[in-house]
Amino acid sequence: MIAVEGVSKTFGTQKVLRNVSTVFETGKVNFIIGRSGSGKSVLTKCIVGLLEVDEGRIMFNDRNFTAMNVNERKAVRQEIGMLFQGSALFDSLTVEENVMFPLTMFSDMSKSEMLDRVNWCLKRVQLDGANKKFPAEISGGMQKRVGIARAIAMNPKYLFCDEPNSGLDPQTAIVIDNLIKEITYEFNMTTVVVSHDMNSVIEIGDRINFVFEGEIWWSGDKVDILKTTNDELNNFVYASDFMRIVREKLQ
Amino acid sequence: MVFSHRMQIFTNIGRYTLLMANVFRRPEKWRIFYRLTVLEIDKIGVQSVGIVALLSLFMGAVICIQTAANIDSGWIPVYTIGFTVRQTMILEFSPTIIPVIMAGKVGSNIASEIGTMRISEQIDALDIMGINSANYLILPKLVGALFIFPFLIVMSMVLGITAGAWVGELAGVISMPDYQTGITYDFRPFQVAYSLIKTTVFAFIIVTISAYYGYYTKGGALEVGKASTQAVVYSIVLIMICNLLISQLVLT
Ligand SMILES: Nc1ncnc2c1ncn2[C@@H]1O[C@H](COP(=O)(O)OP(=O)(O)O)[C@@H](O)[C@H]1O
Ligand SMILES: [Mg+2]
Repeated sequence: MIAVEGVSKTFGTQKVLRNVSTVFETGKVNFIIGRSGSGKSVLTKCIVGLLEVDEGRIMFNDRNFTAMNVNERKAVRQEIGMLFQGSALFDSLTVEENVMFPLTMFSDMSKSEMLDRVNWCLKRVQLDGANKKFPAEISGGMQKRVGIARAIAMNPKYLFCDEPNSGLDPQTAIVIDNLIKEITYEFNMTTVVVSHDMNSVIEIGDRINFVFEGEIWWSGDKVDILKTTNDELNNFVYASDFMRIVREKLQ
Repeated sequence: MVFSHRMQIFTNIGRYTLLMANVFRRPEKWRIFYRLTVLEIDKIGVQSVGIVALLSLFMGAVICIQTAANIDSGWIPVYTIGFTVRQTMILEFSPTIIPVIMAGKVGSNIASEIGTMRISEQIDALDIMGINSANYLILPKLVGALFIFPFLIVMSMVLGITAGAWVGELAGVISMPDYQTGITYDFRPFQVAYSLIKTTVFAFIIVTISAYYGYYTKGGALEVGKASTQAVVYSIVLIMICNLLISQLVLT
């Protein structure tokens, strides 16, 4: 479980996060949704410590991450896997080396043990056989899957995904979404997905946090979200004709 | 406007210092650090041998011909040609101008490589894993450059002086024995040591300044290009300033 308690973050004069509090539950896919520029990425970066919070604190299973020093944080970091918006694969390394990277840096495994683990991870994301390819040689959807494989290589307790299906076609997006869901349940991870895609929310969302102008405006599950009376959330959820048709069918 | 410019300088110095504080840490794994350093020695050093050799050969040859053309007066001894080639190569061309050219070749490469990693979130990916990205990315380049630069510079000196000898004889402006007299005349090994120290400082400037501009790139491909230009410009400016300071300090 990850608890965000009263977090605020300001850049210069721009208050990006205002007193944000929420909880991300273990074994569930927790969403952070909201419009572009609402502060979703900043919130995520604050949680994982890529940005320092101005006020408030972040708790990882009752461990106060905010109060930790660099070395204590390093221990927590090794329990975190992250899938980046652009995959962020190391482009000078092959698929295999990318997935192996955290293992070579932090584990004491032998080369063959590492290779076994890598192959297992690649198989888990249905990419067995792509070992020797370079990131530039594979499609965006495959890059995302390598990103997932790298994120789960160290058996993380916490998985963060920043817009996991941006730039993907709808079918591939659903494959990636379902992979995230399955892995979350399979390994009982605390998963946080940042998205503005209502399809993903309906597909795999367990808990949903709607961020509006730097505040958590609404929290709930995906049944509640379709029936919300909150105006800003309504505008967000029913921004597309498709969702408006869904609403008509529901009523 | 002036005020904000001054603040910009302080911000840069502050961030540069912070970055260096992170670079000079113990590597996560020595074996990996060693492997990366060897790669950088190849990328920075070995792959620059061609261009450095070419420039040094031509410069040695040209200095020889220029000097010969300018001392054609009878009462300046002809061995002055060899002496001038040696002094120019050892004191300034090899230790200062070669690094300026390396700033263009290696500096821009370092800035764009690290800048691209920054904008594509590869640096964030390292940090998330708990890896000190500044240390992991920059220290091998720095150690590699500090190691290989002196070799490149000595090679440049030797090739420049040799080219002078060849061209001097081919063009008939100075005989081999006269040239030899010239290049051994009043030779002070200290000057070579001085040049190598100078060049090591310049290697440090090129790698750290370029890495700095790459590491703090924000935005997209356009900004990576800008970072790479800034890296080259500021490296060269700093090399020039330091060259003046070091010469002033050591030679007077
Ligand atoms: N490092 C930064 N420095 C200054 N402003 C930033 C920084 N990162 C994000 N912001 C600003 O914070 C706001 C929220 O950004 P972000 O969290 O990336 O939005 P999104 O919800 O689309 O992910 C934006 O207005 C952005 O310009
Ligand atoms: Mg974002």
